[in-house]
Amino acid sequence: MIRRLLPLAVAAFMTAGGAHADTLDTVRERGHLNCGINTGLVGFAAPDDKGVWRGFDVDLCRAVAAALFGDPDKVKYSNLTGKTRFTALRSREIDLLSRNTTWTFSRDADLQLTFAGVNYYDGQGFMVPKSLGVKSAKDLNGASVCIQTGTTTELNLADYFRVNGMTYKAVPIETQTEALPIYLAGRCDVYTTDASGLAATRAATKDPKAHEILPEIISKEPLGPVVRQGDDKWADIVRWTLNALIAAEEFGITAANVKTIAATTQNPEIRRLLGADELQGRAALGLEPGWAVDVISGVGNYGEIFERYLGKDTPVGLARGLNAQWKDGGLMYAAPFR
Amino acid sequence: MTAPSALSSGHAGTVRPWRNENVRTVAVQIGVVLAVFGIVAWAIGNVAANFAALDKTFSFRFLWELPAGYDINQRLISYTNQDSHLRAALVGLLNTGLVALVGIFLATVLGFAVGILRLSHNWLVSRIAYVYVEFTRNTPVLLLILLWHGIIINTLPHPRQALSFGGSVFLSNRGFYVPSPVIEPGFWWVVVVFCAGLLGVALLYRHGRRQMAATGIRKPYALYGTGLAIAATVLAFYAAGAPVTLDRPALRGFNYQGGVTLIPEFVALTWALAFYTSGFIAENVRSGIISVDRGQTDAARALGLTANRTMKLVILPQAMRVIVPPLTSSYLDLMKNSSLAIAIGYMDLVATLGGITLTQTGREMETMLLVMAIYLAISLSISWGMNIYNRRQRLVER
Repeated sequence: MIRRLLPLAVAAFMTAGGAHADTLDTVRERGHLNCGINTGLVGFAAPDDKGVWRGFDVDLCRAVAAALFGDPDKVKYSNLTGKTRFTALRSREIDLLSRNTTWTFSRDADLQLTFAGVNYYDGQGFMVPKSLGVKSAKDLNGASVCIQTGTTTELNLADYFRVNGMTYKAVPIETQTEALPIYLAGRCDVYTTDASGLAATRAATKDPKAHEILPEIISKEPLGPVVRQGDDKWADIVRWTLNALIAAEEFGITAANVKTIAATTQNPEIRRLLGADELQGRAALGLEPGWAVDVISGVGNYGEIFERYLGKDTPVGLARGLNAQWKDGGLMYAAPFR
Repeated sequence: MTAPSALSSGHAGTVRPWRNENVRTVAVQIGVVLAVFGIVAWAIGNVAANFAALDKTFSFRFLWELPAGYDINQRLISYTNQDSHLRAALVGLLNTGLVALVGIFLATVLGFAVGILRLSHNWLVSRIAYVYVEFTRNTPVLLLILLWHGIIINTLPHPRQALSFGGSVFLSNRGFYVPSPVIEPGFWWVVVVFCAGLLGVALLYRHGRRQMAATGIRKPYALYGTGLAIAATVLAFYAAGAPVTLDRPALRGFNYQGGVTLIPEFVALTWALAFYTSGFIAENVRSGIISVDRGQTDAARALGLTANRTMKLVILPQAMRVIVPPLTSSYLDLMKNSSLAIAIGYMDLVATLGGITLTQTGREMETMLLVMAIYLAISLSISWGMNIYNRRQRLVER
């Protein structure tokens, strides 16, 4: 009798549950954006001395909040580990995941996620203490490797060592913060993660010069913001917010001069971007005409964000490399605002 | 009060249904059953609806269809990163089993020792046991695990400066390395002789007991038998040409290769769990011993039994009836606490199936249900085993 009742119960709840309201409406009604960020990765998401979360990924959340509400501070952050990040996104605990997440086939297709662009082109590397005397990743046969579980890094590491006929001893860790003391205590010889993460971790050690990042980059890690699959309007908003940041740098628009340029420019594309002229589709996405002005005056353009958290004047000290504008030989290429 | 009667209600022969106690109890039971099933049906329906809304499917096929893609540091069976998630889960399960078994053994030994010491007449000894019990019981187990892990990793030296014992056993912060035996064909004869020896010892022991019951003469047959068995095994070993060689660990490159490696995560986890649970077991043992009537001790001493023999032959067998049920709970606790392994990077069942597999395949519900089912199965087996022992210890009264 129970078995016959069960399908009825399921049917009742399916009709009661109904279709979820789309994300844009939910966020607008709530009044703030729920954004998932790292638990602590210098340069990408870390608390400052007042306990406010700041970083390269955090600023993307703030940019989307500025696009929606005109105020970059209307964000509530959830700190997520590698294990909890996708569950939190899919169960609607967060609306946007900006947590140095690699865009891969299986995540896109199998995990029902949509990647709304790439905000950092990275690759996986290895960091060793200089005292080990290792000059190349091919010399690492038999080494102990500290590796974060549940990441693409783990899978790449397994593939790389297998293909090159080497073995290693895995030392699994949950978070970046756990990795550093274990690596420094000598439990593992090598720490492997995205090259930007290696730079950030090295910056946090007492003597950064005692550690060497090996020259081999063994994978492509395009890091970008993630949203739920099936909500195209929301994905478009995030994607075009990121495009606005990149385009702003291309056009030389900064947080300081955005309002002046908006008032005085004659460049048709800039006029459309900043709302001086009508941009077809802006209203369909539910954005105000001055949305890009809010975004750029709130967080700056892509280059400003990069310099602020990852640039040569920061402890992380990364060069633009692949993340330079396309005109400078990099991969940052904003689709046109037309 | 129990049976309805015509006199109590004032109506000839009939009682209102809700006054009838039987009807009431049955109705309440039906109500409770319906409520429980209702809650379960609602929960399942809710999950099904959410799954449909999120476009997720519920299937276990990922377990054997997809390659795991990740490596596991401690594996008791052969495993490569191209094996399926199911095999990875099996490796994790064996790791959990290993920690549980070793932990239970250590915890029992420690717990019984400390429990008995706590009752010692020596003031210092009983105070030390008291401090031990209070410390282990009142510290959260996760902190103990992290503490022991931190101690091992930070105080032991790097493999290149490993502490060595006799050139065969090495201690470093990457693990404890001991030589492992490599078995060659002739070994099976040694095993046969050993088993024959065991059988012989058992038979001699029985013969000795019968002789003591019949005539009161006690000869250490078991001791003679054991000596003979050991001599026979050793003789067979050398007669077969010493068919066991030692694979000694040696430092090659970054790490020690060869031999058996006990990774610090395993050592820290097992030791911390045993340490924590032994406090509880010690208190159980103490309460069991106290529960035995003082008169038993008096009678045993009056008969001339030494303190040791009194404890072993009179007190402990009676105390075990009180000790074993809470002991079962402590064992189950230890087994379930082993799931904290993920905090220090030990790849047990929760870390493989409920951790990496969950994250890489995105199947939270399937993996978590499977992990819970497996833990339930293990716990029930441990309980079942302990209950068999319990039943045999029962006081059979006339």
